Amino acid sequence: MLNPIILEGSKMEKLKSTLPNMLLSLTVICIVASAVLASVNQLTAGPIAASKAASLEAAVKEVVPEFDNKPTEEAYMAATSDGDSLKIYPAKKDGELVGVAVESSTQKGFSGEIKVVVGFDVEGKLLNYSVQQHSETPGLGSKMQEWFRTDKNNQSVIGRTLTADGLKVTKDGGDVDAITAATISSRAFLDAINRAYSAYKSADMISAATSNNNEKGGNDHE
Amino acid sequence: MNNNLIKVFLNGLIKENPTFVLLLGMCPTLGTTSSALNGMSMGLATMFVLICSNAAISALKNLIPDMVRIPCFIVVIATFVTVVQMAMEAYVPALYASLGLFIPLIVVNCIVLGRAEAFAAKNSVISSAFDGLGIGLGFTLGLTCLGAVRELLGTGKLFGLTLMPDSYGSLVFVLAPGGFIALGYLIAIVNKMKK
Amino acid sequence: MENSLYISPSPHIHGGDSISKNMYGVLIALVPAFLVSLYFFGLGALIVTATSVVACVLFEYLIQKFLMKKEPTICDGSAALTGVLLAFNLPSNLPIWIILIGALAAIGIGKMSFGGLGNNIFNPALVGRVFLLISFPAQMTTWPLVDALNAFPMTYTDAETGATVLSLMNEGALTQLPSYTDMFLGCKGGSLGEVSAIALLLGFAFMLWKKIITWHIPVAVIVTVFVFTGIMHLVNPAQYASPLIHILSGGLLLGAIFMATDYVTSPMTKNGMLIYGVGIGLLTSIIRLFGSYPEGMSFAILIMNALTPLINTYVKPNHFGGK
Repeated sequence: MLNPIILEGSKMEKLKSTLPNMLLSLTVICIVASAVLASVNQLTAGPIAASKAASLEAAVKEVVPEFDNKPTEEAYMAATSDGDSLKIYPAKKDGELVGVAVESSTQKGFSGEIKVVVGFDVEGKLLNYSVQQHSETPGLGSKMQEWFRTDKNNQSVIGRTLTADGLKVTKDGGDVDAITAATISSRAFLDAINRAYSAYKSADMISAATSNNNEKGGNDHE
Repeated sequence: MNNNLIKVFLNGLIKENPTFVLLLGMCPTLGTTSSALNGMSMGLATMFVLICSNAAISALKNLIPDMVRIPCFIVVIATFVTVVQMAMEAYVPALYASLGLFIPLIVVNCIVLGRAEAFAAKNSVISSAFDGLGIGLGFTLGLTCLGAVRELLGTGKLFGLTLMPDSYGSLVFVLAPGGFIALGYLIAIVNKMKK
Repeated sequence: MENSLYISPSPHIHGGDSISKNMYGVLIALVPAFLVSLYFFGLGALIVTATSVVACVLFEYLIQKFLMKKEPTICDGSAALTGVLLAFNLPSNLPIWIILIGALAAIGIGKMSFGGLGNNIFNPALVGRVFLLISFPAQMTTWPLVDALNAFPMTYTDAETGATVLSLMNEGALTQLPSYTDMFLGCKGGSLGEVSAIALLLGFAFMLWKKIITWHIPVAVIVTVFVFTGIMHLVNPAQYASPLIHILSGGLLLGAIFMATDYVTSPMTKNGMLIYGVGIGLLTSIIRLFGSYPEGMSFAILIMNALTPLINTYVKPNHFGGK
């Protein structure tokens, strides 16, 4: 039905809006479109997955000391004190644990969820952090990526050894200076850090136990 | 013929500039222009979709019955948008993250459907592609200008280069209200220049 | 000579009112609040106010002369009034360059873009303030501490900053609020001109006496806020502060008396004014109690400014003799 019209070439006529014509042209266009999309999807699925993994890996790399294992592949979940559980990425060098990155989040932000990757060393000292996602007010809460690492007054949280009580802003009786005019965002940020620490603490015990087991297992095989 | 193509191209770029003259596609115009680079990328992505969809629709125009032309156009446009989206997610993930929701929204950008309906459905493949190029470049120009103004006033940077200290930026220009204000003044300047 | 005799349609009796007379009347009414701010904030108040007034007048002159190419009308006092009101909405330790940006936004965006005095949709001073509040949130929300014992501080950029009554409330620290007397007299943190309730009420009384404004808008705003926050306070006293605190804190009185009553941007009829005032009061209360910003007065006035043409369309005065 289509062929004669196409073959007419120079003087093409528009297809009439009859039901079979409409059905046919819509169907053909949809089939071609889905074929195109399927092949593009096939082409890009690999790179998309790779870039996602790379950005997570970059965040982990930023917050823990140098490592030679693949923390994203050895990740495990650990419970926090408030009943939630967070993902933990152990960083190892020559088979020995040098630090862990905790993918933490909090709902207490000024507007929406805040996601932070926090790095601890084996003694529980906060090494570094990286804010992955937030929707705090630009110019106020959004300063958290820089504010809490700036070495000025009591702003910085880097290098602090946390306790079970967690970090608090000075207004709540703690010793961390909140971002100017953004106390709520600062509280939320510290909440994410504290949750990370509590997951790290509970994981610490598990991993201590499992790594002992592994060593034993290894010995047995030898 | 060549003269005609240049005319079609310039028409989209200047005389019927989608941002400053037709005021079409305001959602991405205001939503993605928080920096010059974002604006330009959005414009280029839209331009790609415009050229491809214009050419495809012009080629298919006689095979599409009038009564179902809008659904057909939308399917064609959506296909190209999805291709752009997947390509961006795969190869420029940072840009994809900052443009976010606005890439899929190119489908409902009224410029794209508007040009398909008003130009591509009536003209040859080549001149439709040139129309897409002209309109797309005009859109890119508008978004880049607006993005540059907002980025410069809002953060003191231009294309990421620091021109003045960050603390002197008026944050309002990065946010939505500043987008409206900057767009208003840009349109005023364009109108003044046209007189 | 040619203007000495002219024929015009009635009315022929002129009340003697003029734009400049009213503008200067409002300026006089603002003097008590200025004196109080001078007492509490010292040199900072003077610098901020002077910068703001000079900048507003200058920008108006430049824009009228060079961009609009018409005879500058800076002597009518409206630009000076915008400057004073803008300054009264700023913290007294604001850097000068920010004040200049605010003045440019107020006069350039808020007033001249619309065609100058009488054509502006929004109150220019508030446009300037909101522009700055969104642009420079950190600087705009850190106020110098008020110290009654150490009156007339001579420092300008004071290092020591404190919270306002409203930001304390927003953070749920109801117990740290200052006393009613302090709030009434003005011994509290805040923008320049908003701290002293008594000075603002004096200005209100002066303007009523001089018939510069009527009571409708300010009273409607204050009563609405009082009723709304009162109900919330009765529901949960631990979470919501008492209505009196809401009336005395933040820019409520300054806004209700001096900003909402701007002739150009408020409705023309008495009923329209009441609707407008109630709207401002409701929006302010809602933003203060449930919003993320501690203060909602300026946003509320701007939103109701935008609704003023609508109010004017639907609330019309009766024709003389009509019913």
